[in-house]
Amino acid sequence: MQFLFRYANPHYFMRLSGAVLPFTAIATLLCLGIGLYLSFSAPPDYQQGRTVLILFIHVPAASLAMIVYGAIAVCSLLSLVWRHPLSDTAARAAAPLGALFTALGLITGALWGKPMWGTYWVWDARLTSFLLLLFLYLGYMALWNAIEDEMRAARAAAILALVGAVNIPIIKFSVEWWSTLHQGESITSGHLAPVFLAPLLVMLLGYGLLFLTLWMVRIRTAIVERRARNLMQTGGA
Amino acid sequence: MNFDMGSYGVFIWPAYAVSVLALAGATLWTLWAWARAKAKLAALEKARPPS
Repeated sequence: MQFLFRYANPHYFMRLSGAVLPFTAIATLLCLGIGLYLSFSAPPDYQQGRTVLILFIHVPAASLAMIVYGAIAVCSLLSLVWRHPLSDTAARAAAPLGALFTALGLITGALWGKPMWGTYWVWDARLTSFLLLLFLYLGYMALWNAIEDEMRAARAAAILALVGAVNIPIIKFSVEWWSTLHQGESITSGHLAPVFLAPLLVMLLGYGLLFLTLWMVRIRTAIVERRARNLMQTGGA
Repeated sequence: MNFDMGSYGVFIWPAYAVSVLALAGATLWTLWAWARAKAKLAALEKARPPS
């Protein structure tokens, strides 16, 4: 906890993120480049044919959508319980990225569903709970913008994020708890051939690093904007 | 690398196009916001009277 609080100090965060960012940016480009090369080099699946290529962008987007929401929930908890100085900023900065990954998961999933299931959409447990995740993101962002007092907005948004976090295990285990059209786990099932698993894991890492990079830049932006606001309020300009 | 998608191309290419456009757009938007915030702070600090 001491470590967390030390790097929650905006000054330390700016220094640490400034040093880490070039490496995460280069690693992101490398992972996505290698991942795309492996994806387009993979052979057609015996059942899905070439549509297996959609799996390599759908699974990372859907996974990140849930991971990002989990990160927002953790930041919200840190904010509500321990008054962690940067956690509200970090949670708010992550939300638009999480919403984007969720939308991408839904769109790419629909484009995979049409040739494989014969439909773009079904109201099954996995798809419906995932759509709910998009609404949670949109609600979270709307709440931040709706309340003028930043402290109150942060508190209300944190409570919403924590309540909404119950949806994450529902999404994750929906394919086990209910009979759904959506197939079960891809990565941890052990049924995925290495020729498909390798591009999937590299793309997942690439998406994760991209999120981390953009998240850090967005937090840095929020810190700089706050400094500018403070400067204006103290009559510096 | 094999770019022949056969009859599935109408689903695969749009999926990749949307993903690339969305992620590239998010990256550019994030970098633009950072550059704008930095420039604004620099302008305010420059305009601040010396203490």
